[in-house]
Order: sequence, then structure tokens, then C-alpha cells
Amino acid sequence: MEYFIQQTVNGITLGSIYGLIAIGYTMVYGIIGMVNFAHGDVFMMSSFIALIFYLVLTQILGITSVALALLIVLILGMLLTGLWNWMIERIAYRPLRGSFRLAPLISAIGMSIFLVNLMQVIQGPNNKSVAPLVTGFLTLGTAGGIVIPYKQILIVAVTGGLLALFWYLVQRTPLGRAQRACEQDIKMAALLGIDVDRTISITFIMGAALAAVAGLLYVIQYGSVNISDGFVPGVKAFTAAVLGGIGSLPGAVLGGLMIGLIEAMWGGYVSADYKDVAAFSILAVTLIFRPSGLLGRPEVEKV
Amino acid sequence: MTEPSAQAANAPSLTGTSAYNHSEPITFIRQLRYAGVAMLLAFGLSMPLLALKLSQDISNHLIVEQRFLLLASAMLIAFACGLRWRLFGLRSQWPAEALYLVLSALLLFFLIRAFHGLGSLFEATLDKGGSEFLIALGLLACGTALQSALAYALHVERDRWAAALPAMPEGLAARFGGHCAKHANTGALVALVAFPFLMLALTGTAGAIKWVDNFGVQILIYIMLGWGLNIVVGLAGLLDLGYVAFYAVGAYAYALIATQVIPATFPALGVWAFWICLPIAGLLAALWGVILGFPVLRLKGDYLAIVTLAFGEIIRLVLVNWTEVTKGDTGIQTPRITFFGLPFASATGDRTFGEVFGLSGSPTIYRSIFLYFVILALALLTAYTTNRLRRLPVGRAWEALREDEIACRSLGIDTTSTKLTAFAIGAGFGGFAGAFFAARQGFINPKSFEFIESATILALVVLGGMGSLLGVALSAFAVIGGTELLRELDWLKSIFGPTFDPAQYRMLIFGAAMIAMMIWKPRGLISEREPSIFLKERKAVSGTLVKEGHG
Amino acid sequence: MMFRVPKTPPGAPLLIVEHMTMRFGGLIAINDLSFTAKAGEITALIGPNGAGKTTVFNCITGFYKPTSGRMALIKGTHDPAQIVATTRLGGRWSPGATQPQTPGVFLLERMPDYEIAAKARVARTFQNIRLFPGMTVLENLVVAQHNQLMQAAGWFTGLFGAASYKAAERQAVEKAATWLDKIGLTARADDAAGALPYGAQRRLEIVRAMCTEPVLLCLDEPAAGLNPRESAELNALLRAIRQDSGVSILLIEHDMSVVMEISDHVVVLEYGTKISDGTPEHVRNDPKVIAAYLGVEDEEVGIRDQGPGIRG
Repeated sequence: MEYFIQQTVNGITLGSIYGLIAIGYTMVYGIIGMVNFAHGDVFMMSSFIALIFYLVLTQILGITSVALALLIVLILGMLLTGLWNWMIERIAYRPLRGSFRLAPLISAIGMSIFLVNLMQVIQGPNNKSVAPLVTGFLTLGTAGGIVIPYKQILIVAVTGGLLALFWYLVQRTPLGRAQRACEQDIKMAALLGIDVDRTISITFIMGAALAAVAGLLYVIQYGSVNISDGFVPGVKAFTAAVLGGIGSLPGAVLGGLMIGLIEAMWGGYVSADYKDVAAFSILAVTLIFRPSGLLGRPEVEKV
Repeated sequence: MTEPSAQAANAPSLTGTSAYNHSEPITFIRQLRYAGVAMLLAFGLSMPLLALKLSQDISNHLIVEQRFLLLASAMLIAFACGLRWRLFGLRSQWPAEALYLVLSALLLFFLIRAFHGLGSLFEATLDKGGSEFLIALGLLACGTALQSALAYALHVERDRWAAALPAMPEGLAARFGGHCAKHANTGALVALVAFPFLMLALTGTAGAIKWVDNFGVQILIYIMLGWGLNIVVGLAGLLDLGYVAFYAVGAYAYALIATQVIPATFPALGVWAFWICLPIAGLLAALWGVILGFPVLRLKGDYLAIVTLAFGEIIRLVLVNWTEVTKGDTGIQTPRITFFGLPFASATGDRTFGEVFGLSGSPTIYRSIFLYFVILALALLTAYTTNRLRRLPVGRAWEALREDEIACRSLGIDTTSTKLTAFAIGAGFGGFAGAFFAARQGFINPKSFEFIESATILALVVLGGMGSLLGVALSAFAVIGGTELLRELDWLKSIFGPTFDPAQYRMLIFGAAMIAMMIWKPRGLISEREPSIFLKERKAVSGTLVKEGHG
Repeated sequence: MMFRVPKTPPGAPLLIVEHMTMRFGGLIAINDLSFTAKAGEITALIGPNGAGKTTVFNCITGFYKPTSGRMALIKGTHDPAQIVATTRLGGRWSPGATQPQTPGVFLLERMPDYEIAAKARVARTFQNIRLFPGMTVLENLVVAQHNQLMQAAGWFTGLFGAASYKAAERQAVEKAATWLDKIGLTARADDAAGALPYGAQRRLEIVRAMCTEPVLLCLDEPAAGLNPRESAELNALLRAIRQDSGVSILLIEHDMSVVMEISDHVVVLEYGTKISDGTPEHVRNDPKVIAAYLGVEDEEVGIRDQGPGIRG
């Protein structure tokens, strides 16, 4: 039982990270219908940004309060990752808007390759690991009971808080309304005076900001960054977005949590080697029986 | 200098959406503002990632290495570019712009090298002193002056540039696609057959091995893979992001049958392993195409894409983890290809190809040339089959499916089996290529079958122009040949210093080129479609009318 | 032209729709609709926007599965007992109905869309034209003959250039050319279908459907977006199709001049329910129909409803 709860906590932690990345995929897909393949690499870059800033703050500027350092890192990371994604959209995707469907996809794959190799050139190919940023854990029950590290509580709490903020942004502000309008019908939105380019840019920035949160949480959880760490979480987050129903924000979070839990449970009980296979297989099976994902609107074929 | 808005509007639409409003007069102050914004952007983008590097100190602790010179350089370059942003119309004139950026960057590197022997600019660190900073500043000034001169020259020529550049490929396509096609095909075939011998004559044995194997065989493998995927993506319009799975199935089918099954059952057939396994590998891959395709083909668009990607990853992960059979990352040694049963080199003293034909020298070159012809034959088989299939009902149904699936169903076309055939045939060619790859490498492991391969093959199809065999071949030639050529850049070390490693820029350039190609020609090099049948006259269909499919 | 034998005799029931109901979630798009389309006739389906006409089409051609109801397509002579027996048996059609010489019945609600086109021989066009825009006009018509050509080519024997396939392909091209002559598009046979003007695209789509050799041709607003001259050409084409090939036509149309002029039988829908059914004359004078068209005078019913954006 303890082991089960432990794995559940692990799964939720992992799932929070996937969910945050997945929102970036799902929002971009919802609004311009493209799969932003470079999003996983944006997440990877954000984890580098987070780690660099953390080291600058603690080593060079000598900030001793971990909480303060993390807060500053979070804000800076969100801003700068947002800037990167804005630039990426501007250069690689905006010129292709309204063009052939596969062109942005290929451009995104190209961007993904470019970003990984850019990071390899400027940061080097090897793994960078640090001592745990957040230590200590909470023990529930008596000795030998359930042990939950503080870092996992932090991760779930930060994810929850930011998702609430984000939900508010999308549901309650004019910006969110513009986004939802573009999602429904981009041409009509433009006709009604919504600045579509700006809305799309903001969507990319928001997606990147959430990826930056995921990047920081990833550093907190694993204590290391690597240029190749973008692909697998990226694909899993994309899987999560599709599983939840691409275009649906709660779906992305739900999908992320599901993928995280599946991975943790499969890894914990069946075989750690095949946990990714399990995640992908469940995706395939879900889509075969529910082609529009868990929370996606079932598409009525227009004839 | 003003930017006439009419010209911007006349310039071929590279953007598709809102053109810039150039009506505001361009003043120096405005340009300075752009430059300032660009500099700030560069600061934001490169602030932590370029300016600060994570590295290990002696005690293996992670520290931050400061490279503010690099940051300053990046900002200066951005400033210089910003100064000329819109002045030259980056959006309508980007090829010229790109050329000129490359030129000025090269100039910068050359000058740095000449003046200071600094080595790669990327190696520059603060502790090397501030003098480089001043030098870089001075060089940038020179560079910008040169840029302005060049900009002026190009500006005068801009209309001709704008007209000529995007028109070129259409002209090429028309020429290739027109009545010259037959001669072009024959010519290309002769050139392809003559290529290894030509290389042998020109570069000698060692050079020929490199050119025939690294270039010829490598490019042909990708041409074949591109043509195979072209059936699925280009003709049937089904977005497959896991094509490499079938390549892997073919390769492992060969590796496992040749190393496990044949020695255990008919060891005498060992020398024929490749020729026995080739058809089996193709069939197995096609079978896997059907097995994977059947459940997923009712999915549409990006859902299909992600499930195929998932299947590709599942197959790779199984290959990694099922160590009892696949030996995981350790990989499998595979028997080398034989000349129809006659080995090129023999450890056991069997008669070899060289001995039988009285050819002396390294067996590698004979093997390379033979491999070249095998893959050439396989690729031509793929092209022939695709061309025939396009003229058969099933091929026409693929293209109709790509154009409009609902209309297909209203005409009584069984879309599921039509899609499945496309999937299976495409997979089958992937399987052939996989078996060939395994026989050529002599060793395979799952590293060769990662997602990047699927992405590259898909990129070849889209860059070439969906459905166009010639386009896919051209893009494979350019992309694979180009990235292989980037391996040959060691001479750059003599310019940028021994610490400069050109190899690491190979994939960087590859990625950037993919983006640039898409922006330049979103529909690929050859977007026109050849009709499969005609009543009076064969007219190519403009790429803008051809749909890309939703499956 | 080759036609399916046995043909349903003119005037006998060809398509019998009984108690068809279609629900989308809570919305009832079609409510207990029954009507019969007779062989050799032009049956028009009319009604105000949103009445569910296109939904009826989508059900008949298999793109939607009706929530309940039966749609029987008769091949040969109408035999009510056979319909009942086939329904009981649970098959998609009466035994042997797909064989050329055997009369029978097809239960369309049980068949997937492509089978309805291929086996029951119901062809259709779409409100918003669905040609293969990147293929040439000729290719569009050759693709329509997919199933006949498939039989000649087999899955792969055609790969090696079998003579039987070449002959079949030549025949298909001839048939296409004949139809192109009828709609005056021979000169544009090798142009992309997407490059044709709108009116020509409409005619091409109808002719493409005819190339599948249907017994029932369902046309969804063929006159939408046509100018009066094109509209008249369309009338002529439809009459010619019926006269030359004897194919029955089911028609959704807003243009009353087309409906009243060429149809033999009119079914009127309002909010998914049938409100009138009979000859054009009968329908024109039916007070319910007049009321449905916003109480306008019957002469005004004839006013052309404009624009391609109209939904049936």
C-alpha cells in the first residue's frame, strides 16, 4: 500500500511536468492547428535557463534563500523562454501561416533539430548535474510509512497554482477570449478586429512560460539537464495532449497526469524498461477506441 | 532610400499572411530604433544560454562560465542587422539577405583569425581579455560598411533578384517535367551507372570508397526511403511519423534471420543470406505495415501522425529492451553482402570475388561498388513500382484519397483497404531498404532507428515536393549529400584554428536549412503534379491546387 | 452503356425510406420520415433551410447512420416480403443481390458509405463541390470508375502492364470522353479540376457521379451558385441524364424553377418532418407548404433562393 501511494505521488509529480508541457502543445494546436515539434526542445532550453540562473543566483550573487532564488529563477525563466518561443514563432512559423499543412510541421522539426544542436554548440553535449535543490521530506504515518520529498510537494503545488492562474487567464480575461475566438474561427476573429498575430504570439509565449515552469520543476526533480532531454518529455507531453484530446486544456493536464501515472505504475510494478512502451501503447489504444481523445470533442464529419 | 510598398506587394508572397506596411518613411532614427530593439532581443535570447555556460570545475562541481564577449558580439551583430531591417526588406528579399549575412559572418571569422588567431569565435571568453572585444567591434564596423555596400548593390538589382529567385525552381521543374523528361531520365540513369567507375578513375581506390559508399550509397538509401514514404505521405496523403519502424523491421529481419535462423537451419545458405532475407524483410515490413496500419487508419491528420510516431517509438524501445533477441544497444553483427553467393572477403579461405574475377586490391572497393548497384537497383525498383502504381486504379485512388476522402467514399472506393495498401507498400520498401542497410553496415543497433530518421525522411518528401519522385530524389541528393559534405569541412580548421570543430555545426545547419527551405518553398522543390493519364496533352497540375491530405 | 440487370421497371419503387429518424445528441434532425422514390423519376426534396434535407441525403448515402428507420433500395421488382425477410435475416442485402442477374434488395442503413456507392449503386454530389481539385478533369472521371477498373487490374497484375487492364482503361477513358462531350468540357479534359469555373465544376461533379453507373443519383443543390444560363444548362443535363440512361434522381434544390420544371415528385420537409408529398402541382398548392415558406403567396415560392451558402 505504501509503495502504491509512493508510486502515485511519483506519477502525479511526473504527470504535472508533462501536463505543463502538454498545455503548450495543445494551445498552439488549438489556435493554429499545428504540432509545434520544437516545444519539447523549448522545454529543454528552459531547463538550462533555470539551472544557469539558479547557479548565478546562489554561486555568484550569493543568495542563500532557496525559495527566493527559485522564485526569481521561475520568473526570469518564464520571461526568457517566452521570448525564445516568440522568436521561434516569428521566424519559423509565422511566414508559413495559412500555407500548406505540412510546411509548418517540417519547419518545426527543423527548428527542433536546430535548437538541440544550437544548445550543443553553445552549452556542450554532456550532462550537467547539480546537488539537489530542494531537500528534505515529509513522513506520513509512523516510521516506515509514506515518505514524500518536499520537492514533489513543491512541484505539485506550483503546478496547481499556475494552472489555476492560467485557467483564469484563458477563461476570464479579454486575452483569453481572443484566444478562444481564434481557436473557433481565426478568419472571423480577424474580421471582428482581433489582432490575430498578436494573439498567436501570446499563445506561444504562454505555452513557453508554462514549459519554463516545467523546466524548473524538472531541474528540481532530477537535478540535471541535458540537450537530449527535450525529445522524450516532449513526445510524452504531446502524447498527453493527444490523449486528453488535443485542443482541450483540462485534457492536456488530465493526459499528463495519466501518462505520468501509467509510467510510474508500470515502472514500479511491471517493468521499468517498458514504461515508455506502456505509455505509448495506452495512447494508441485510447485513440483507436476514442479517436478524439478523452476530453476532445468528438468530431462530426462534415459532408 | 525608401521602401516602395508596391514592390513589396509585388514580391512573391513568401509569407502568406499580412504583408508589412511600408508606408511610413524610413528614417535613420527609425532604423536606429529597430537596431536597438534587435540588440535587446539578442540580449534576451542569448542572455543565459550564450553568455553563461554550464561547465564542470576541477572538483566536478557545476559552475557557470562567463562569456560576455560572446554576448556582446551577438548583440552587435543583431544591432548591425537591425540597422538594415526593412531597409532592405528582409521578408521579401531574404535569400539575398541570407547570402549577405553569411558573407559578412565569414568575413568576420576570417578577419578575427587573421588579426588575432583567436580560434573559433565561440571559444571566446572574457578572460582572454578585452582586446578581442575592441577588435570585434572594429570588424563589425568594417562588416557593416561592406554590408551596406552590398546592400546598395543588391538593392539596385533587387527587382531582378525578386523575380528570378522564386521563379527558378518552377522553370527547372517545367524543364524536368516537360518533354525533356525522357532524355533527363536516360541521362540521369547513365550518370548514376557511370558514377562509381568515374570516381574510381578520378579519385583512386581510397577516394572512390568514400564517394561511392559515403555519398552514393548513403544518398541512394535515403532516396529509396524517401520514395517509399512518398507513397504513404505524398500520394495517399497519410502523415506517417514512424516510417523508420519499417526500416528497423527490415534491418532486424535481416540481422536475425541471417545470424540466427539460417545458421540453425541451412548453414550452407549462409553466403546467400542477404538475397534470401531481402524479400522476407520486405514482406515482414509490409506485414507490420498492415498490422500497425489496420487499427489506426480511421484516425485523421495529427492523430494518425502521433500514433505512427508512437508505434515507431514502441518498436525502437522494444529493440532496445528485448535484449535476449535483439541484444539491445549492443547491437548485432550482420553478415556482409555477397556477390550472389560469392563473398568479397573471406576469413575461412573460401574463394572470394576478387579471386574468381582475378581482381587484386582491397575487397572493400568491390563491395562498395556492388552495394551501390544493389541499392540503385532497389531504388529504381521503387521508382518503377510507384510510377506504375500511379497509373493503376489503386494509385489513382491514393491520390484521390489525398484530394478528398469523402468524395472517394461517395464513389465507392474502399478507403480502408486503399490506405492499407499504401501503408503496406510504403512499409515494404522501407523493409527492403532496412535489410540493405543492415547488410551494408555489417552491424546494427537501435540507435540507427530513432525518430530523427523518420523526421529526416519525411522532410525529404516534403522538401522535394509531395508525390514527385524527381523532387524527392533532388532533395535527398541536396540534403543527405549536403550534410555528408559538411563532414568534409576539416579544412575550416586551418582558418578558425584547431579548436574549431565543424562537425558539430552539421546538424545545426541541417535544421536551419529545413526551416529556410520551407519558408522559401512551402510546397517543396517540385510542387507540380504530373497527371497519371491524359486525353490530348499532358499538362502538369499547379501545386497550389494539389491537396495535402487530411489522413 | 452497361446497366445493371435486372433494372427496376420505370414507375416502380426504387428507394423506400420508412420511419427514418436521426438524432444528433438531443437534436432531432429527422423525425419519422417515410417516402418512396420511383424508378426513372426525378424526386425532389425541398424545405426551408435547416429542414434536414442534407441529413436525409447523408443517411441514404451512408455518411451518417440514421438513429432508426429502414432504407431499402430495390433492384428488380418490388417485393415487400423480400424486404421483411432480408431485415429479419440481418444481412446488408438479400442473398445474391450483388450478383448481376439476381433481383434483390439493399438495406442502406446497414451498409457503409462506400458499399452503398459500389454495390447498391447510389451516387451523390455534394452541396459544397467535392471534386479532386489537384487531379485533371479526366482523372476525376477515371477515379470514379475505380471499381470496374479494379476488377480489370486486380490488385497488382496491372503492375506488369497486363493487356486486359489496358483495354479496360481505354474503355474508361472513352466513357469519360463521352460524358465530357455531353457537358462541353472535352477541351479542358487535361486541366486540373480545381481550375475550372464554378458552373463547370458542378457539371463535372454530376458527371463524375454518373461514371459510377448509378441506379439512383442524389444531387445536393446542383443549382446553388449558378447563374440563370448555367441553371438552364443544368436542367437540360439532368433531363438528358434521365432520358438517356434511365437513372432515377433524388434532388435537393432551393431553386424552385428547377424543382417545378423537372421533378416528377416532390417531398417537403420542415424541421425534419415531412409536411407534404406529391406532384409539383399538389405541393405547390398545399397550404402547409405555403405556410412553411413563411406564409408567402405560392407564386413567390418560386422566387429563387440565392447564394451557395444555403444549408439544406
